[in-house]
Amino acid sequence: MSSLGDESNPLRVAIVGSGPSGFYATEALIKSSLIVEIDLIERLPAPFGLVRNGVAPDHPKLKQAIKVYKKVAQNPEFNFVGNVTVGVDIKAEELQQTHHAVIYTCGAETDRRLGIPGEDLPGSHTATEFVGWYNGHPDYRDRTFDLSHETAVVIGQGNVAADVARILAKSVDELKQTDIAQHALDVLAESRVRTIYVVGRRGPAQAKFASKELKEFLEIENCRPYIDPAELELNEASQLEIDSKEGRGNKKNIEIFHQFAGSEDTGKQRVCIATFLKSPLRLEGEGRLQKIIFETNELSGEPFRQSAKGTGQTTEIDCGIMFRSIGYNGVPIEGVPFYERWGTIPNDAGRITSEQGGATVPGLYTAGWIKRGPSGIIGTNRACAVETVEALLEDVGELDTDKPGREGLYKILNSNNVSYIDYAQWEKIDAAEVAAGELKSKPREKFTRRTEMLEVAGS
Amino acid sequence: MTTVVTENCKGCRFTDCVAVCPVACFHYDDEMLYIDPDVCIDCSACIPECPVEAIFEEDDIPEGQEHWTEINADKAPDLPLIEEPMDPLPEAEERKADLGF
Repeated sequence: MSSLGDESNPLRVAIVGSGPSGFYATEALIKSSLIVEIDLIERLPAPFGLVRNGVAPDHPKLKQAIKVYKKVAQNPEFNFVGNVTVGVDIKAEELQQTHHAVIYTCGAETDRRLGIPGEDLPGSHTATEFVGWYNGHPDYRDRTFDLSHETAVVIGQGNVAADVARILAKSVDELKQTDIAQHALDVLAESRVRTIYVVGRRGPAQAKFASKELKEFLEIENCRPYIDPAELELNEASQLEIDSKEGRGNKKNIEIFHQFAGSEDTGKQRVCIATFLKSPLRLEGEGRLQKIIFETNELSGEPFRQSAKGTGQTTEIDCGIMFRSIGYNGVPIEGVPFYERWGTIPNDAGRITSEQGGATVPGLYTAGWIKRGPSGIIGTNRACAVETVEALLEDVGELDTDKPGREGLYKILNSNNVSYIDYAQWEKIDAAEVAAGELKSKPREKFTRRTEMLEVAGS
Repeated sequence: MTTVVTENCKGCRFTDCVAVCPVACFHYDDEMLYIDPDVCIDCSACIPECPVEAIFEEDDIPEGQEHWTEINADKAPDLPLIEEPMDPLPEAEERKADLGF
């Protein structure tokens, strides 16, 4: 009798989400000893997730991870099914019927909310919207950002906050030969922003920036990074943190912060100010954001477990625009378990469970940010996806053997009149983007409308 | 800029770094690992993974270790690629302790 994963019955896996985790899961399955057929399903007509739509346009080297994904895509076991939203175009339950196993690698697509009054005033935005907008993500194409006020505020001190601040800080000349979307470049060219605050809840020793991201602020042509030196005085626990081995990254950050604090005012057009120990209490304004009220915090607790507590003292920043970047949550898919509190799919080392801490659901797996929350960088997702695929491979003997795979998938999509695209069609879009970019000395000019992409794909 | 494997890897070769490399830029010989600077995308994912702190961003290499940038660039391309972690060298734990980790 044949067994699942041999020539007569390949292991048919649907992977939902074509970002790094989706591609690393694909790669791990192809490298396994089994015969596999992979359908990588993506809701956009373009693959590569956050490497295309999240990594900042002025970080072209990081985007070279795409080369690896393009190589994975050349394997005969691989099939791309773009422009298909699971839960809308096909039900999650249907996918379980068509494939032996389904791996959800759909990332963390929404920003956490601050949960304070005024959060929805015009001028209050999420980092996700801004990042999606400047990266040409079709969902954010029509967002508008009013950069007419001279002060902008970024809430949060991780790498996305740094990206947002840096894009606001750079001159158009520094950005125009990147793959930044033209519509964003046009708006940034008119920006009147002069001061950018990057505000953290905790202290400088707890900021989550990668030191490499911080160093970049020292190189920006027309923007001076600055910190009030008084803000760099550390309490004893924070000093212990940065002096310990686990704190070596933070120690490097503190060294760079001191360079910010000592930076000379050479008359640069813009200044980017990092400030610490402040939590936003409320956003105020007549019809739109005009002012943010912060409460000053103090740290207490053991090293690496310090928490920020409000002191009752408040400060204000007058501003015209704010971006929050305080963490990300996954978006639930109908028919797939979801743990609201963490914004993740509940799982045990990649095996999806019915609820947090519940029993595993046969045939369902997850990897990447939707599995473990939004931490780590591109490569972290490779180790994460490998763990998930190892779990799946251990379970192969217990999976239902009789599944139609992509034939069944296409049948459902066709009966639902979904215009999906395959990898060859994506390659047409890719080539057209690169050609459009060449005219402007850009690596590519992205299509920012689904309709344009589908037209080029010939779908 | 690139990322560089330095002296501490010699005799350890723990390979924890390899699991998180997004682009398969590590190569190995009998002693240690090397990064191919033409493939590495400078994401720094590998740096905190190393149990003996052997990996550095190029502009962050400790004094006296700078020559490793050239060694990595020279050696990596001709050595076999390593894409999955493997067992450390037999003397790795001993060497790790000697290094003070």
